[in-house]
Amino acid sequence: MPKVTWILKDGKEISADVPVGHNLMEAAVAKNVPNVIGECGGCLSCATCHVYVDEAWYGKTGKPDDMESDMLEITVAERKPTSRLSCQIKSTPELDGLILRVPYI
Amino acid sequence: MNEPIVIVGAGQAGVALAAKLRALAYADRLILIGDENVPPYQRPPLSKKYVSGELDVERLLIRPREWYAEQKIELRLEQRVTMLSPPEHTLTLSDGTQLTYAKLALTSGARARGLPAEIGGTLPGVVTVRSLTDADAIIPQLRPDARLVVVGGGYIGLEAAAVTAAKGLPVTVIEAAERILQRVAAAETAAYFRDLHQRHGVIIREATGLERIEGEARVRAVVLKDGTVLPADLVIVGIGILPNDELASAAGLAIENGIAVDEQGRSSDPDIFAAGDCASFPWQGVRTRLESVQNAIEQAEHTAAAMLGAADHYNPVPWFWSDQYDVKLQIAGLNRGYDQVVVRPGKRPGSQSVWYYRQGRMIAVDAMNDALAYAFGKKALESGKSITPEQAADTAADLKAALG
Repeated sequence: MPKVTWILKDGKEISADVPVGHNLMEAAVAKNVPNVIGECGGCLSCATCHVYVDEAWYGKTGKPDDMESDMLEITVAERKPTSRLSCQIKSTPELDGLILRVPYI
Repeated sequence: MNEPIVIVGAGQAGVALAAKLRALAYADRLILIGDENVPPYQRPPLSKKYVSGELDVERLLIRPREWYAEQKIELRLEQRVTMLSPPEHTLTLSDGTQLTYAKLALTSGARARGLPAEIGGTLPGVVTVRSLTDADAIIPQLRPDARLVVVGGGYIGLEAAAVTAAKGLPVTVIEAAERILQRVAAAETAAYFRDLHQRHGVIIREATGLERIEGEARVRAVVLKDGTVLPADLVIVGIGILPNDELASAAGLAIENGIAVDEQGRSSDPDIFAAGDCASFPWQGVRTRLESVQNAIEQAEHTAAAMLGAADHYNPVPWFWSDQYDVKLQIAGLNRGYDQVVVRPGKRPGSQSVWYYRQGRMIAVDAMNDALAYAFGKKALESGKSITPEQAADTAADLKAALG
């Protein structure tokens, strides 16, 4: 299973094996990753699962589509060039080793 | 050892309240009681991705099964509370267990309003969609040739119509009011969704009263007030929900459109709190009960803090969503008492937003496939800044700049 690591603001790391096809918001909630909330359940309505994709991985996760990009306008933490809503990133074998940084809220 | 905090009702609000108590370092015993036989799950996908088979039960769960033990939350399922005695601080469960609480939170949610039995509301094949049990019962009845009548043109009814029409079922929606979404949205938003459904082959009959549902062993037809008989193999009833406030009422707590709480979630008893669909609270000068996941979570988190002594008031910017076909509706604010509506076309085909004003002040926005309008409308409501009717109507106006 692809392994994903969340790095918190204080440097603490949390890792999980995420089944292929599951999105990375639900994976974070399941692992109790702080500040990844996913209030809307992953339907692109709340922007509470905001993460910064590690620069080295941004090419593999890809960019947000139009709707997601619009939703990134209302994130609580600052939007950065590699900002994504993690409910819109699905686990795939290519993302094994992925690093996501969790914004401090 | 101190007496525990007990939470009655294991839905979004109950889980959020328990999680927040632990996040705030509450270290004593914590008991979460639910009356269903699965751990707490998300309800919104039931009528959408669950009935369409895209999500299984495990992925509906709000938290994984093992989370509760990890957080030292005693999850007791398949239990109802049969009695609450505020003076003694005790609860009795359906298995006879008696619990004493230090503080109690009621997050008992709401249930679907049904149709009366005397007009056929309890015939087999007449269903509501609120619980996993409801959804599991409906799935095998969604044969492609099953003629479906949806009673109620609110968001729940329209979502049910969208899922079933997409599966190829012939669907008719009947709405007693003059138009669909009468209670919750402007005529402009209703027109958008009427058109959307009609393009997907759904028949929408507005200003159409229901006389009775006919059938013997099972529903056979829906008879309308004007005498029309609609043959039906399945009837989905979406005519609203009712707060589960009976336990509180029997215990003598104040009830007013649900369990009446203050801005901190405290009921008329100082050691009993309530949050989510079952509770009404003072908001902008009016006692308000919100039916949404967002409110369930945020009010519950707020209430958890209040139970531990925090003093600030709950003052949400409400938001809601609905998915129908390929349209994502996002709503920010509450359009209660609007006196002006402005339609703003979006930047993509089919995207549009409807802005609500009361005495010139923006109070809500419905955004259809237009996340930017939703995002800026929500931001305006949160910051107390306004987007004027003129700015909303002017598609060349930059809303981001308008918010400064």
